[in-house]
Amino acid sequence: MAASPLPPPDPCFVLRGAQSAVHALHFFGGAQGQVHPLLLSGSLSGLVHIWSLQTRRAVATLDGHGGQCVTWLQTLPQGRQLLSQGRDLKLCLWDLAEGRNTVVDSVPLESMGFCRSSILAGGQERWMLAMPGRGNDEVQILEMPSKTSVCTLKPEADAKPGMPMCLELWQADSSPRPLLLAGYEDGSVALWDVSERKVCSRVACHTEPVMGFDFDSQKARGVSGSAEKALAVWSLDEQQALQMCRTHELTNPGIADVKIRPDRKILATAGWDHRVRVFHWRTMKPLAVLSFHSATIHCVAFATDGLLAAGSGDQRISIWSLYPIA
Amino acid sequence: MGSSCPEVSQPRPRTACRTGPRRPCRISGGIAAAGRPGARGETPGPSGGSVAVSPESPMDSRMDPAVSAVRLTVREAVHTLSSSEDGDRILSTLGSLKRYLGGAENPALPGEQEEFARMHFSALLRCLVGRLSPAWLELLPGGQLEAPWASFFLEGPADQAFLVLMESIEGMAGPSFRLMKMVQLLAQFLGAGRVAAVMESQCWQLAEPAFPLLQETLLAKLVGLPDHLGNRLQRENLAAFLPQNYFPLLGEELLRVLQAVVDSLRDGWDCSISFLSQVLGKACVHGRQKEILGVLVPQLMALTQGNCLWQRVCWRLVECVPDRAMEALLTGLVEAASGPEVLSRLLGNLVMKSKKARFVMTRKILFLQYRYSTPMLQSLLGYLAMDSQRRPLLVQALKELLETWGSSSAIRHAPLPQQRYVSKAVLICLANLREAELRDSRDELLASLMAGVKSRLDSSLPAVRRLGMIVAEVASARIHPEGPPLRFQYEDDELSRELLALVAAQPVADSPSEASPAVAPVAAEAPDRGSTEGGGVPAQAEGAGSDLDSDDDLVPYDMSGDQELKSSKAPAYLRDCVEALTSSEDWERWEAALQAVEGLIVRSPAATREVSVELAKVLLHLEEKTSVVGFEVLRQRALVAVVVTDPAPVAEYLTSQFYAINFSLRQRMDILDVLTLAAQELSRPGRLPKAAQVGSPSPASPSSSTEAPAWRVVVEERIRNKTRRFSQGSARRGPDAGPNEFSLVAGWFFFPLIQHFDRPLVTFDLLGEDQLVLGRLAHTLGAMMYLAVNTTVAVPMGKALLEFVWTLRFHGDAYVRQGLLSAVSAVLLSVPTARLLTDLPDELLEAGPWLADVAEQDSDEDCRVLAVKALLLLEKLKDTLLPLTPP
Repeated sequence: MAASPLPPPDPCFVLRGAQSAVHALHFFGGAQGQVHPLLLSGSLSGLVHIWSLQTRRAVATLDGHGGQCVTWLQTLPQGRQLLSQGRDLKLCLWDLAEGRNTVVDSVPLESMGFCRSSILAGGQERWMLAMPGRGNDEVQILEMPSKTSVCTLKPEADAKPGMPMCLELWQADSSPRPLLLAGYEDGSVALWDVSERKVCSRVACHTEPVMGFDFDSQKARGVSGSAEKALAVWSLDEQQALQMCRTHELTNPGIADVKIRPDRKILATAGWDHRVRVFHWRTMKPLAVLSFHSATIHCVAFATDGLLAAGSGDQRISIWSLYPIA
Repeated sequence: MGSSCPEVSQPRPRTACRTGPRRPCRISGGIAAAGRPGARGETPGPSGGSVAVSPESPMDSRMDPAVSAVRLTVREAVHTLSSSEDGDRILSTLGSLKRYLGGAENPALPGEQEEFARMHFSALLRCLVGRLSPAWLELLPGGQLEAPWASFFLEGPADQAFLVLMESIEGMAGPSFRLMKMVQLLAQFLGAGRVAAVMESQCWQLAEPAFPLLQETLLAKLVGLPDHLGNRLQRENLAAFLPQNYFPLLGEELLRVLQAVVDSLRDGWDCSISFLSQVLGKACVHGRQKEILGVLVPQLMALTQGNCLWQRVCWRLVECVPDRAMEALLTGLVEAASGPEVLSRLLGNLVMKSKKARFVMTRKILFLQYRYSTPMLQSLLGYLAMDSQRRPLLVQALKELLETWGSSSAIRHAPLPQQRYVSKAVLICLANLREAELRDSRDELLASLMAGVKSRLDSSLPAVRRLGMIVAEVASARIHPEGPPLRFQYEDDELSRELLALVAAQPVADSPSEASPAVAPVAAEAPDRGSTEGGGVPAQAEGAGSDLDSDDDLVPYDMSGDQELKSSKAPAYLRDCVEALTSSEDWERWEAALQAVEGLIVRSPAATREVSVELAKVLLHLEEKTSVVGFEVLRQRALVAVVVTDPAPVAEYLTSQFYAINFSLRQRMDILDVLTLAAQELSRPGRLPKAAQVGSPSPASPSSSTEAPAWRVVVEERIRNKTRRFSQGSARRGPDAGPNEFSLVAGWFFFPLIQHFDRPLVTFDLLGEDQLVLGRLAHTLGAMMYLAVNTTVAVPMGKALLEFVWTLRFHGDAYVRQGLLSAVSAVLLSVPTARLLTDLPDELLEAGPWLADVAEQDSDEDCRVLAVKALLLLEKLKDTLLPLTPP
């Protein structure tokens, strides 16, 4: 008990060679017969790198965004398909099966913002995509792959929440109605009922724009980070009302991304202070401060086996293994 | 006779009953009586003795018939033995003589036995030796003669038998049957424990006229036996006679004799153990302490435990050792004894009685030698501390030790291991002394301590300084516990831990104050721990409500490194940086500028060259205003970067500042360090050739530099086309060869530094007090010399450096000498061989004897090693030249 704490951990390994700042990370695991998952990274120069975590090298490079920053990467559960969002106002759908890497489809974006899109795909052929809409404060919902617009979620006129900053589509276990959580520029997080096109609840978490959040649908709790010096933890009750639980003070301001590990034990934040912070998800007890990078960290991602990746402005991706999943 | 000596056949009582304290080494019955009260009353009267009979003694006439009878018989027997070839007759004659040895079925009268042993035994033995031959032994079949023949040697008076044996072995020329027989007999003699009998016989002969001479011979033969036998037998020596086997045996026999002495003392007999002491002492002088004491000490340790008589015998044994053997014995004993208690039991108050012993224990071991281990020192000083009579000696020793420890001459001239040894001794003394005793001589101790601390901190050798710090801390705390504690900063390493453990290991009885702090933290910790646990429980309870998974085993990592990120105020341009460093009141900006400056210099050499001297000035005068982590390193690296970027002007500025008035020693040494590092960086092969254009802005250079790669590419392309390579992988190229960039500027670095060392300033006197800087200067010059290898300027540099070395060669400070010696080596390495001989022959000729002298006699080990290295280089130089000269 009185033993001195463990020394701060070092990264397992570091992936170099992105050759520009890393803005999006996504683990792509679970492919048949593949022990080590792949890691996808999107860079400022518009390239998407596919890294093998076994050889620790880039296996492929996808160039589909015309040199504009790639901000969001997501794979679809069925097939080997990848969605990438770039600042060239395009969402590309890539086919990665059998070594192909071609753009099969693309969706035009109509917002220049930094907002990352979100999908809801339950393994069926059709899936839902939420992305920032044409209006300044709108969110557009599309049905894919047909690209038909389902609706546009526009806040009430007097709300003025600013631009959406981050989105997450989800579905409660109890009901089939799709829900959307959106973090806005004014620091608030809102819960939309997509089918009714109305805001169920909204809570002001931050005074600065929400830069990233993650939601644990099982515990109905979420955590968000913003440009300010605190993390906010909020929860959703049975009446679908958002409530602030607590805030957690940080040493340095600015959180670019927050991710909860798939086993919901720990969460990691990407800090503007070049550090990744790891917290205990249930108690929000700080567990570790990972300092390796020498520039702002833009994104963090967890693999299903617990591996943590952080991508930074110093063009490196660090891979960490902490508190292994039993 | 029979009434006083009940056991006639035993050698002991035969001669024991003499009176009077004749020899100083006797253990009188009084001692025995002290051990066993009332024993004196049982001693037989002194009158019964009729033993030490000499022909002149008045008793001779009384014994006459017996004497003549014995003489007659022996003469007849000797005649028979020497002439007869009849085996049976010889056997019977031997049998008849055997009577006189006693133990047979009808022994001779005691008087006759006595006479036989005294007068005729040796002669008979010699006769027996003389007859020995294969033919003689075979006069009777089955070796019947051999056993009775040998029995005379093994059963007769041991001392005479031993002497005859040794004498005959030494007297025989070359290997022969007889020699081998005698050697085997001697081995049998040793195996049968007769050595104990030899020594025992000497304990009872309190006053024999021929005694000293005989004893002398016996002593020499006993202790020198392995040498004699080794010389005699050469390769055929027996294992029993090898020193490593013989001396343990001798030790065991000694113990047996001591046991007999103790027994007889208990029975009230007088005896003398001076012979035993002599044997022990002589064995030690022969350098056999380990073998003999290795057997003796453990046994004595056990025997003296709680036994007064044994203790007295043991003390007496050591006391009687002759002075010349005292040192060998004492060092052996201190080494073999396992602690102060044992030593105290074995030695008693020897140091109070024997001057020689006192000298050895309190001066020789402490001051004149330093090879002994720490446990030995501990048991020696612990021994001094164990008795109230001896404690003044300990105080005295501490005083003298501290004086030596602090004497500046000793610090300069004593080798480092000895200084360490003396420091250890001081600490052990302090651990053994009580506060009251220290208080009595506090002033004296403090005076020498403080003088010592001063001269030690002055030293330029870090190890000496550190010894000073450690000992001063501990000693001041013990000598002056009320005063403010001294605290130095020194790294915690093996030596410091060992030294501190010396003081901490031995709990001092009368200082309860030391015990309390050890208890306090435990008490303070307990509630603290309780509170953290208490704090942990509610947090757990709060969280446990939501779900039941027990993931509280996630142990947090150390997060002390999580500090606030400094706002990015780092200047982006060098001029801003200089401005920030000189005038900024914004400390964050100042720190950021300091951290950024090296990178800026490296990134923009052109901009650096514009402000180089100014920047160097700023950096040199920079003070540590805030506690930036690694301030010294940052500043140094920035300065090195400036020098490397713009060598000539900055080096000129720095070298001029080295001899300027208003600098601290620290700054001057920084200058030297920076110049050395910059020279190293400049001379490093494979640097990017970006600074190459500094000195020569010639118009031809750009064209040639662009052209050269072009033709090289063409040539290499052709070569590649025509070459078939069998190995896979790309052909690796070695580091590019390039000119030594240091060569252009070495003069700017070197000569200004070496010019002014002999001109003292008010604040800076290299040849006086500031010898630390002088040492550093010598090292720096040597390093520059070494880095100037393959340059044209190396020759004049070498010449100047050798002159510098020559003037300072007898400097008193070891660090300076080390610098000079490494400088000599650098000259030998850097200046081309041919130039050495043509340009510097006299200097080298002079340096040779000096180096040889240092290599042999210098007190500092590093100096000796460096001198040997330089000598080797010099020799190598000669070797390369010799083949050239003859033709």
